[in-house]
Amino acid sequence: MFELRGLIDTIWGWIAGLLADIGLSAGLVQLIGYAIIAAVLFGVIALVVLFLVWWERKVSAKMQDRLGPMRVGWHGIIQTIADAMKLLQKEDITPKNIDFPIHFWAPVITFVAAFMVYVTVPFGKGLIVADLNVGVLYIIAITTFTVIGLLMAGWGSNNKYALLGGFRSAAQVVSYEVPLTLSLLGVIMISQTLSLGTIVGQQDGFFKWYVWRQPLGFVIFWIAATAECNRTPFDLPEADSELVAGFVTEYSGMKFAMFFLAEFLNMFTASVVAVTLFFGGWMSPFGPDFGPSWLWFFAKTFFFVFVLMWFRWTYPRLRVDQLMGFAWKVLLPLAFLNILLTGLGIYIFD
Amino acid sequence: MDAIVFWIAAGVAVAAAVNLIIQARPINSVLSLVVVLFALAVIYLQLSAEFIAALQIIIYAGAIMVLFLFVVMLLNLKQGDEEGRRGVLHSFGLLLGGAILLEISIVIRLFVPSAIHPGAQAITSNFGSVGQIGRLLFDDYLLPFELTSILLLITVAGALVLAAGRREERE
Amino acid sequence: MIPLSHYLLLSAIIFGLGVVGVIISRNLIKLLMSVELMLNAANLVFITFARWYGDPGVHIFVFIVFVVAAAEAAVGLSLVIAVFRRKESVDVDILRLLKG
Repeated sequence: MFELRGLIDTIWGWIAGLLADIGLSAGLVQLIGYAIIAAVLFGVIALVVLFLVWWERKVSAKMQDRLGPMRVGWHGIIQTIADAMKLLQKEDITPKNIDFPIHFWAPVITFVAAFMVYVTVPFGKGLIVADLNVGVLYIIAITTFTVIGLLMAGWGSNNKYALLGGFRSAAQVVSYEVPLTLSLLGVIMISQTLSLGTIVGQQDGFFKWYVWRQPLGFVIFWIAATAECNRTPFDLPEADSELVAGFVTEYSGMKFAMFFLAEFLNMFTASVVAVTLFFGGWMSPFGPDFGPSWLWFFAKTFFFVFVLMWFRWTYPRLRVDQLMGFAWKVLLPLAFLNILLTGLGIYIFD
Repeated sequence: MDAIVFWIAAGVAVAAAVNLIIQARPINSVLSLVVVLFALAVIYLQLSAEFIAALQIIIYAGAIMVLFLFVVMLLNLKQGDEEGRRGVLHSFGLLLGGAILLEISIVIRLFVPSAIHPGAQAITSNFGSVGQIGRLLFDDYLLPFELTSILLLITVAGALVLAAGRREERE
Repeated sequence: MIPLSHYLLLSAIIFGLGVVGVIISRNLIKLLMSVELMLNAANLVFITFARWYGDPGVHIFVFIVFVVAAAEAAVGLSLVIAVFRRKESVDVDILRLLKG
C-alpha cells in the first residue's frame, strides 16, 4: 500500500505503450525512459533542495528566537523559489582577468557531481535507478569531483580570498575523506556487499540497523561527513568573517545558485548515506511493511539534515590547524580501531 | 550502444590527451588529464573492471590530480614560460611519438586478428568485482600488496624531506 | 562490439601522446603528467587483456600501478617544489648543473 513502485510501473507502461504505438523502436523507447527517469530524479531532488534552503532559514530563525521568512506564501514556504527566480534573472558578472573556462566549468562540475550520486540511492522499496554492485565506492568516487570543482572555483576567480577558500576546502575535504571512507568499511565488512540496495535489504528490523553494530563507525562517519559538506563547525572554506565567502566570492547569479544548491545537496547526500548504511534506509523501525517505505526514507533523512542544521547554529568554527590535526590524529586512528574491532567481532561471533 | 559509448569515451580521451600536451598553462593540462582519466574509467567499466574503474576515479582523479592541482596553484608559475622555444626537440618529439604509434599499429595489424573483441570471452559473473579482487589481493598477491605499503611509507618520508627542505632554508 | 585491436590502438595513441609530451614539454609538471598518461595507456592494455583472458589477477597489477603512480606523483611533485624553491622556475632547461 502507498508504494510508489507499482504506480511508476503503471505510468511507464502506459507511456511506453503510447510511444510504441506511434512507431518508435524499442531501443529509442528505452532511451526516452532513461531520459524521463533522469528528469524526474532531477525534479525531485531539486524540490528537496529548495525545501531544505527554506527549512534551514526556518530552523536558524527558531534557534535564534526569530520568525524567519514569513511573507511569501504560507510561513514563507515559496521564499526559496522567489530567491531562485531572482538569482536566475540577475546579471551574470564575470570578473576581469580570470581564467574563463575554469571559472565557468567549476560550478557545473560541482553541481553535476552532487546530483550524480543519486543514481544509486534506494529511495524506497524498488525505488532505485541502478543498484550498482560497487554502489558505496561509486558514491565516494563521484563526491571526489567536488574537490576538483572547488579548487577550480578558487583558482578561476582570480581573487586571493577565493583561492584561499579553495585551498582550505580541498585540504579539508581530502583529509576528511580518509576517515570517512574507512568508517564506511565497517558496515561493508559486516554486510559483505557494496550494493546499497542489498545493504538496506539486510537491515529489516529496528535492531538489525547497522548503527547498533557500528556505533563508533557512525560517529566517525558523521563528523567526517559534516566536514565534507563544509558545514559548521568545519565551515572554514567559506568562513564569511575571515574569507568574505571563500571560493564563491566572485560568483553571482546563476553560477552562485549552482554552488549554493550543490552545498545543500551535499548536506542531503551525507544524510542519505548515513540513513542508508547505518539506519536501515527505507525500512521502517517496525518491520519492513509498516507504512510507505519512501516516506520513512525521507523522514529519516530530513531528521539527519536537521541534525546538521542544529550543529551549524550551535557550534563555533574550528581553527585551521585544529581542523587538520583532528582529522589525522583523532579520527583516522579511531577509524582504524573501528575496523580492527569490527574484524574481531566478525571473527568471534560469525 | 556499447560501440557508441566506446567511441565517445575514446574520442574524449584522445582529444583531452592532445589538449594536455598543447596547452601552455599547466592548470589546463591538469584538468585535461582529469578528463582523460574519467574517459578511461568509462572504458574500464565496459571491460567489466568495475573496481578498477572506481579506483581510477578515487585514487587518480580524486587524490593524485588534486595533488597536481595543489602544486600548480602553489607554485604561482609565470605565464608564457612555454612559448617561443619550439626547436629541434619539438620535431624530434613528434617524430618519435609518430614512430612509436606506427610501430604499435603495425604490430597490432600483424598479430591481432581484427575480428575478435574482448567482450566475447565468457567470464564469471563476479569478474572484476570487489570481492574477487580483494580475495586475490589478500591470498595470492599478499607479498606485492604488503610491499606497496612499504613503498608508500618510503614515499611519505621522501616527499616530506624533499618538499619541506632543510631547516636553515626554511627559516 | 568493439574489436580488441581498437582498445590496443587507443592505448597506443595515448602512449604516443605521452611520449611526445615528455619530450616536447619544458615544464616539469607537464612532464610528470605525460608520464601519467603513459602509465594509463599501459593500464588500458592490462584491463583489455584481463577481460580477453578472463583473468582477474591482471587487475591486481593495475592496482599496483595505481599505487606506484601515486608514489611517483608524490615524490615527483616534491622534487618539483624543491627545484622551484632553488631556481624559482620549473623549466627543465634550467636544470643543467651536471652538464659539462
